[in-house]
Amino acid sequence: MGTIIEGVREAVYLITGLDPEILNIISVSLRVTGTALIFAILIGMPLGTFLGMVNFPGKKLFTALLYTGMGFPPVVIGLFVFIFFSASGPFGFLNWLFTPNAIIVAQTIIAFPLVAGFVMTAVMGIDRNLLRQMESLGASRLQLLWTTIKEARLGSVVAVVAGFGAIISEVGAVMLVGGNIRGRTRVLTTAIVLETRQGRFGLAIALGIILLTIAFILNIIMINLQEKEID
Amino acid sequence: MKPVYTIANLRKKYQNKEVLNIDNMQLYQGEIFGLMGPSGAGKSTLLRLLDFLEEPTAGVIEFKGERFGNGREPELKQKRKITTVFQRSALLRTSLWNNVVYPLKLRGEEINGEKKEEIEKLLEQMGLTEFKDQRADKLSGGETQRAALARALVFEPEVLLLDEPTSNLDPTNIGIIEEMIKQYIKKENKMILVVTHNIFQARRLADRVGLLHQGQLVETGEKKSFFNSPEQELTAKFLSGELVH
Ligand SMILES: Nc1ncnc2c1ncn2[C@@H]1O[C@H](COP(=O)(O)OP(=O)(O)OP(=O)(O)O)[C@@H](O)[C@H]1O
Ligand SMILES: [Mg+2]
Repeated sequence: MGTIIEGVREAVYLITGLDPEILNIISVSLRVTGTALIFAILIGMPLGTFLGMVNFPGKKLFTALLYTGMGFPPVVIGLFVFIFFSASGPFGFLNWLFTPNAIIVAQTIIAFPLVAGFVMTAVMGIDRNLLRQMESLGASRLQLLWTTIKEARLGSVVAVVAGFGAIISEVGAVMLVGGNIRGRTRVLTTAIVLETRQGRFGLAIALGIILLTIAFILNIIMINLQEKEID
Repeated sequence: MKPVYTIANLRKKYQNKEVLNIDNMQLYQGEIFGLMGPSGAGKSTLLRLLDFLEEPTAGVIEFKGERFGNGREPELKQKRKITTVFQRSALLRTSLWNNVVYPLKLRGEEINGEKKEEIEKLLEQMGLTEFKDQRADKLSGGETQRAALARALVFEPEVLLLDEPTSNLDPTNIGIIEEMIKQYIKKENKMILVVTHNIFQARRLADRVGLLHQGQLVETGEKKSFFNSPEQELTAKFLSGELVH
């Protein structure tokens, strides 16, 4: 009990004092995860929209693969990325292993099926009759696509938040491919693991509070958007 | 009279089930054509083909002198002269106003002072002014159908296809919608096809009437002769309410 109280006290001290180490970890986390999220959106949104709109042979198989991807153990993705980017792997020449780039690759692979899956569900939920009506009113193919995305906007927001939540809180893959190098690839989750192991509970708790706060803020934003949508 | 549509040997199949089989049919500029027929006859399907939302399985649709079908589709510019108000009105999840100006936005049109006034006048005529800022999914059935018609009229299409525009509506709403249809046909270069189950409505609105039955066009004719002295036995049966399917 004493450790916890002491830890919390230290955490508050570190956070309010804007400890440079903490700031660095937050900055690496947000930069890496933010970049991965952008890639995941760039891949996942068009893919999800396409899967939600178009029927083609083999779509069922493809969808099943996507759902599998949504629930794929991130650490296994980390393993594959590790193998592909290790010195003897096909992408070894890039020298990305244990750099932020490797983390971005892993996190993108973890997040894009989530984004695609949620967007697909949202797009499939749009009334076919409505799309027909828009086409009849003179929408071109591109305009139809844009209207679809706008109509599925709530689902798309959920998709982005879910994707972000999944990768900001992920630890196994990041540890594997990033190597938890101080100042470079040390992110919130891997730092918590390290500090806890070394008994530096104050720092660990401080980082935990920050991670929770980020998740909390995201959910507040999402709930607000949802309410706007319902009114 | 100038034909807008000329249909020849038009077929539509869904999973090998033939839904439409029309040997020939013409629709003319300046007329309101009333399309009647029992449920499942293929009326909505014909409208989708006339609006080029679906391709026919076989046959030709000539639209304003150009032949389409067999993989040939009109360009967007041509398609934008036609619109359908669907049997189930579908509005976007935004305000009524945004719904009504949507087709103008699609065409990249500016909604400036003059245009805005025009639209406001249209809404006024249709009793929609007070719902302008209301979200479309909060409108009543009658308001929804009036809004859908307003949205179709706002960009002045040459061809207006109406799929049971007043089904399930009260006399006031029916009155407003029929009045708008009658006014619209008076404008230049317009053609209206209205699907209706209501013989009285067809009498009130249409210049010519046609009966569709199991995908086939049984008979078309001037309103008077169609109702008073139909040529086909099937038409007579339909008009007397004996034809169920
Ligand atoms: N996409 C589709 N796939 C398979 N069958 C279809 C499809 N669309 C329509 N049909 C069938 O085609 C037939 C004609 O349908 P349609 O909607 O054109 O009838 P309708 O005359 O408009 O009927 P109602 O008066 O009930 O609206 C029906 O038997 C319907 O089940
Ligand atoms: Mg119908």
